[in-house]
Amino acid sequence: MNWDYAYDFLLSRGTWISFGIFILGLIVRCIYLYGVSLERDRIVYNHVKWSWAIRSILFWLIPLGSRSWRQQPLFSIAVFVFHVTFIFVPLFLSAHNVLWESAWGVSLWSMNDKLADTLTIAFMVSALVLLWRRIAKPEVRFLSTWWDYVLLILCALPFVTGFLAYHQIGPYKPTMVVHLLSAEILLIVIPFSKLAHMVLYFFTRAFMGFEMGGRRNTPCW
Amino acid sequence: MLVIIVPGGVMTEKSIQVNVEKIREILDKNNGARIRTWLSICSRCGLCAESCLFYLANDRNPRFAPAYKVQRTLGTIYKKKGKVTPEFLMECYDIAWGECTTCKRCSLFCPFGIDIASMISLVRTICYSQGLVPEGLARTLPNYEKFGNQMAVSKEDLIETCEWMVEEAADYVKGVTIPLDVAGARYMYTINPREVMFYPQDLGMAAQIFTVAGESWTIPTSGWDSTNLAMFAGANELAGTVADRMYKKALELGVEAILITECGHAMRSAGYEGPYLAGYRNGRPPVPVVHSVQLFYEYLRDGKIQIDPAKRIDAPVTYQDPCNVSRNAGLWEQGREILKFVCNDFRDMSPNRHYNHCCGGGGGFIPMGGPFRKRRLRAGRVKAEQIRKTGAKIVVTPCHNCYDQLNDLNKEYDLGVRIVSLKELLVETMIVPDHLRPDSAGDERQEG
Repeated sequence: MNWDYAYDFLLSRGTWISFGIFILGLIVRCIYLYGVSLERDRIVYNHVKWSWAIRSILFWLIPLGSRSWRQQPLFSIAVFVFHVTFIFVPLFLSAHNVLWESAWGVSLWSMNDKLADTLTIAFMVSALVLLWRRIAKPEVRFLSTWWDYVLLILCALPFVTGFLAYHQIGPYKPTMVVHLLSAEILLIVIPFSKLAHMVLYFFTRAFMGFEMGGRRNTPCW
Repeated sequence: MLVIIVPGGVMTEKSIQVNVEKIREILDKNNGARIRTWLSICSRCGLCAESCLFYLANDRNPRFAPAYKVQRTLGTIYKKKGKVTPEFLMECYDIAWGECTTCKRCSLFCPFGIDIASMISLVRTICYSQGLVPEGLARTLPNYEKFGNQMAVSKEDLIETCEWMVEEAADYVKGVTIPLDVAGARYMYTINPREVMFYPQDLGMAAQIFTVAGESWTIPTSGWDSTNLAMFAGANELAGTVADRMYKKALELGVEAILITECGHAMRSAGYEGPYLAGYRNGRPPVPVVHSVQLFYEYLRDGKIQIDPAKRIDAPVTYQDPCNVSRNAGLWEQGREILKFVCNDFRDMSPNRHYNHCCGGGGGFIPMGGPFRKRRLRAGRVKAEQIRKTGAKIVVTPCHNCYDQLNDLNKEYDLGVRIVSLKELLVETMIVPDHLRPDSAGDERQEG
């Protein structure tokens, strides 16, 4: 196996392909759903009240922000840490920003490596909590399908491999190949799986805000 | 298990013939952005489980988790594109009616706000299209069609009952009337046919309250039944007709608003589901809809009805939030405000208001009757424990279904409480002004 070749491919064309599918996939899915909704979901547009939609979205983003979250505080906090670090670390990692800079000549603010390291550990801990919960809680275990486990592992892989590579644990190149490969598979999978909730969340929550709040004055958090 | 085909006859697995075309038609019509999104982004986090009274009442058996119920039924039907077996349909029937009251509580506990109740309602619609409907609900459907109400009450019966109740109510309030079909009244009072058939005193009490409050109201002789069991049976077309009959009558009479009796699902039908079922594109009822709990609260707030301090209730009282009045119509403070006027020792249940648990009798469970009774009482365990914890002796609820279920729970779980409607409560405690006091009856008020 030529690790260098794989690494170069994933870093160059692989990035383009995966980001392309990720972004286009989400856009197409949203446009498609929007089209369908015009025809079959009039209810979505009949009771629009933004103040309710915004609260419906926000209260569920805040840890312990909804009654449901407060009933399971550990889960709520783990979910919060998982999501925040999942978005924050890859975007603001200095190593990633060096890559953006060399590829496009633009980069975002980048955090120092110590912070990145801490956040990565936080991510891995939160992922473990989610995994443990999925297995330990009877109702969650019962509901879970093999796909739920695969997706959780897929989400965690880029972080674990990135962490290992940074700390020079294990063979560097193969680790980096797995890092790139898992991250790119993840990007490709997002638009076509439940992970599309990264965008659809805002729509379903907005609708619940309209439906319960806009229509019935009932908070849905 | 007995299942019946509409309009009659018993069905078993063997006699069900699955009409895949019909199922596909329904699936396609409803396959909008919402259902597609809901079914695909559920992350199986299990938060909905704890919110569900069936899950809690059945020893936390994960089979009762709402996410499972909907994936097992609608999720599977979509996956199989409607090509399902009779055995599978029987299971859907069982889950859609026997394990969910469409109370919508789980939607408040789902991080994505997935509306499971709506999807279970769709499963009911699919079952109905295949002739699978609980007999207790199916029985009412021809009545809605033929008589315009679920209990086959004739116009004459309605009028006679009203006249009779006026006579009785006149013992307590002078000049009491039940105005029928009065055009231009402020409120068109719509009722539950059980009031005519089994609890006529409800009509008498309403008449007393409206008379004391000086209300302009009328009961129409058609379109007066605001219940909508067709909605719970999944018979959407008929459910639309039922709701529309009421709207049309209100428009014809030119009333300001439709007033709903103390009934939960009538409010859900008239105010929320009805407009869609009846095909109103904007999703709003053509005439405003007001629930009794709101109006009664306004009477007390505005002093139109005053409570006799000597008759205020000392016994501990709690309030049962009907799902379709509190969570699904946003009216939870009104009941509590009323109780502030009327009793000295109010004790709230926990959880309460929009987070309340369904009593276990909603979603058509009460009229579904015998075959579902055991499960209904089991589901009510959560409510029974809530009530017991308050130590209340009186449970007030503005919903006929809750009322019946609570009475059953009272016996089943030996709660030792009295179940009371708001009308009973008001009639027992309100001051009848001097000019409305009957000349002979004096101060004697009726007792519960």
